[in-house]
Amino acid sequence: MAIKLIVNGREVAVDAPGEMPVLWALRDILNLTGTKYGCGIGACGACTIHLDGKAVLGCVVRLEEAAGKKITTIEGLDPDGNHPVQKAWAQLGVPQCGYCQAGQIMRAAALLAEKKNPTDAEIDEAMAGNICRCGCYQRIHAAVRLAATGV
Amino acid sequence: MTLTSFVALREGRPQLAAPGAPSAPTLTNVSRRSFLELLGLAGTFTLMAPLGAGAYEPYPTGGEAMPRGLVWDPKVFVSIAPDGTVTITAHRSEMGTGSRTSLPMVLADEMGADWAKVRIVQAPGDEPTYGNQDTDGSRSMRHHIQTMRVMGAAVRTMLEQAAAAAWGVPASQVEARVHVVVDKATGRQAGFGELAKAAMDLPVPPIKDLVLKPESAFRYIGKGNVPLYDMKAIVTGRAIYGSDVRKPGQLYAVVARPPVYGGKAKSWDAAAAKAVPGVVEVIEIPGTPEPAAFMPMGGVAVVAETTWAAIQGREKLNVQWEDGPNATYDSDAYRKEMSAVAAKPGKVVRNQGDVDAALAKAAKVVTAEYYQPHMAHASMETPHALAIVKDGRCECWAPAQSPYAVRTDIAKFLGLDVANVTVHVTLLGGGFGRKSKGDFALEAAYLSKAMGGAPVLLTWTREDDIRNSYYHTTSVERIEAGLDANGKVVAWRHRSVAPTILSTFDKAEYQFAIELGMGLVDNPFDIPNVRCENGPIKNHVRIGWFRSVSNIPRAWAVQSFVCELAHELGRDHKEFLLELLGPPRKIDPVAAGIEGELWNYGDPYSVYPIDTGRLRAVVELACEKAGWGRKMPPRTGLGLAVHRSFLTYVASVVEVAVAKDGTVTIPRIDTAVDCGFPANPERIRAQFEGAAVMGQTLCFHSAVTFKNGRAEQSNYHDYEMVRMTNFPRQVNVHIVPHPFSVPAAGVGEPGVPPIAPAIANAIFAATGKRIRDLPIDTSLLREA
Ligand code: FES
Ligand code: FES
Repeated sequence: MAIKLIVNGREVAVDAPGEMPVLWALRDILNLTGTKYGCGIGACGACTIHLDGKAVLGCVVRLEEAAGKKITTIEGLDPDGNHPVQKAWAQLGVPQCGYCQAGQIMRAAALLAEKKNPTDAEIDEAMAGNICRCGCYQRIHAAVRLAATGV
Repeated sequence: MTLTSFVALREGRPQLAAPGAPSAPTLTNVSRRSFLELLGLAGTFTLMAPLGAGAYEPYPTGGEAMPRGLVWDPKVFVSIAPDGTVTITAHRSEMGTGSRTSLPMVLADEMGADWAKVRIVQAPGDEPTYGNQDTDGSRSMRHHIQTMRVMGAAVRTMLEQAAAAAWGVPASQVEARVHVVVDKATGRQAGFGELAKAAMDLPVPPIKDLVLKPESAFRYIGKGNVPLYDMKAIVTGRAIYGSDVRKPGQLYAVVARPPVYGGKAKSWDAAAAKAVPGVVEVIEIPGTPEPAAFMPMGGVAVVAETTWAAIQGREKLNVQWEDGPNATYDSDAYRKEMSAVAAKPGKVVRNQGDVDAALAKAAKVVTAEYYQPHMAHASMETPHALAIVKDGRCECWAPAQSPYAVRTDIAKFLGLDVANVTVHVTLLGGGFGRKSKGDFALEAAYLSKAMGGAPVLLTWTREDDIRNSYYHTTSVERIEAGLDANGKVVAWRHRSVAPTILSTFDKAEYQFAIELGMGLVDNPFDIPNVRCENGPIKNHVRIGWFRSVSNIPRAWAVQSFVCELAHELGRDHKEFLLELLGPPRKIDPVAAGIEGELWNYGDPYSVYPIDTGRLRAVVELACEKAGWGRKMPPRTGLGLAVHRSFLTYVASVVEVAVAKDGTVTIPRIDTAVDCGFPANPERIRAQFEGAAVMGQTLCFHSAVTFKNGRAEQSNYHDYEMVRMTNFPRQVNVHIVPHPFSVPAAGVGEPGVPPIAPAIANAIFAATGKRIRDLPIDTSLLREA
């Protein structure tokens, strides 16, 4: 039984077991590889996507839980890179290897959608689930701030 | 960390003397003269500006002696399209340092190209064409900045020659500006695109005929104004890492590998795995007897229609393992063994003066022992590779630090001709040394072949990555210092015991020159009697290199110990450290009593000597910026450490605050960096910011421990990382400015070693608690 999803505004049917995490359906079936695997246990945030506008972990949310809901992946955030978060990331030169950044950006975008001007502590808390092994935290934090306030 | 010697070993061309053997000729013997002859240079470059003091003249590096050396031919690296698009080949792997941007940037600037019209293509693994591609050892900029600049100058000259010929005017009358050549007499212009065909058909001018730009005319080099080439692809999710390669009809695989190094699968339930929907096949991958080098460790693979199905199938395999002799590996027992070895005299690897006599006569002897456990790299992208093997050919896509080594290893493993193997290099989602070993790509190739040529993407899960790594060594470093009645250090004995990287390639229990040269025998202190010893210990896991390698335990021990001595003597740590460094001078390795030849990161010592003046200068700079000596509130403190590695001088001052429950926060780090000419200061800053985080992570979290030969950690829940809640709030990176003539040194690795000791020293300043074991157990820091 195919499961219907709305991915980046497009309705798709995925023929896969309902307990498959959304991460693998995106990557291996829909070939949307922008969403990354980092741990598979909900501990790193590399797989962060939006489910009905809320940041969730693609390796934790199962296909059956996402059925019929709106999924936004990094490819769908703004394909031209003009989302304020993407622009802030580029402006501050945040990425090093870049692998974690899709998850970081999706997490930050969800935070700012909810809270226009988060405090430092709120940024810390929201981003705490996203590991960057290259250690870009200082710039990630500054870029979230920049995206929020334009400064 | 260099792969040179290992590649050389495998190719039967050892470049480093085996312990005890007479020194083989190494890079230090490459004289400036022979280097210039190699370049066909009678004299030197002509510079637009008159050659004054400090002007750039080409200098030899270890690049020429790396396997397949350096390539200086711009026709290999540059092409220009009629529309003016300049395509530059990046031949080094991009794993986060920015070298894929920064090296082409050097070429583009010298050539006069407009960065907006530059396109970068990634070279496949092809060292006969591109020269050495082994991206590790913090070598990319250090070994290639000169080739990039020279090739840029050659292309610019060819464009000018083509324009002069087209206009029938002398070459001296034309000049390349940004992406155009101008006739200085008439003002007419021709774009690079118009001139491309004629220019690139010209012979490449000899290097001695090239005229380099004055540094004042640099537009990108040294400026830090060029964003990462892949920035847009990264922020829009379109950047392709090893995990992201997709080919029609591809399959996905994971492998169950022996939990104990050298173990073997005895039996497994293929039928149960195949019963999982989506699982296609179960395949045994043959193991390689110890030492396995970069060959796969063997195991049982599950090939499926999705990674998820493969993981599910693997869970059903129920593999029974034959563990072999390493099943006894136990980290607690091993640590005791290392300590026992360190308590006895070891093999002398440096002997200066008479340490025994000086210790016997000393007014006081201070001894301390420092410990560091194994660590795994845990790059965010685990090892991945996609391979297609059919009709006697292999095409592979991999996040490989050393793609040509992967290519030759695949050929060897599958019995293919190297000419029939192609290795494409994707972006690397972090490398840190793990991805300079190509075992994962070999596994993918083996599976594709077994699947009749279907494309197979192999994924290492995070559990695989932590449990089956090429681990960073574990070490005990024991230091004894003899103090005279005036509080002067008169004797220094440092014993290092750690399983060696060499054991991954050969039976070996002693460290080799590369490891000894990372902060042990190259100790720069001004002490009359110094002895360094190395005791034997057998490995029980695959040992590999991890960002900055043996420098981590060495800086941990030496820089902590200096602080301990300062405290013992009631001295200011900075003043005491400067006194130990002694007057500004270049260390003479022979007078220092270093056995054999000092391994100087594979580069000539004459070009990159150990310069205590530069060590002193970074100490002064970091301390000045950090406000060393300022009064600190209770349970806060400043800690200092300095270390030279990868030919770069780094000092860090860390500020900590220790909460009542022992939690340590880091409001600020000031790092001073002298890496020679800073080609891309913006990316240098990023590397040192990141190194501060990695240093903090290893200081508080990183330990892979073993029981019954098995790793006890498996994923980020028990192998934690610094996160947004506890990162160093402000990392200030202070780069010492230099002209192009000061040889560029390493950037990717040298930021890591000083961080952990600087943190421990700050914790001592804040609490009076001295920590000698990594990672730091913060429960020891609770307020009583
Ligand atoms: S892959 Fe989902 S949280 Fe790590
Ligand atoms: S940029 Fe490499 S993991 Fe974050």
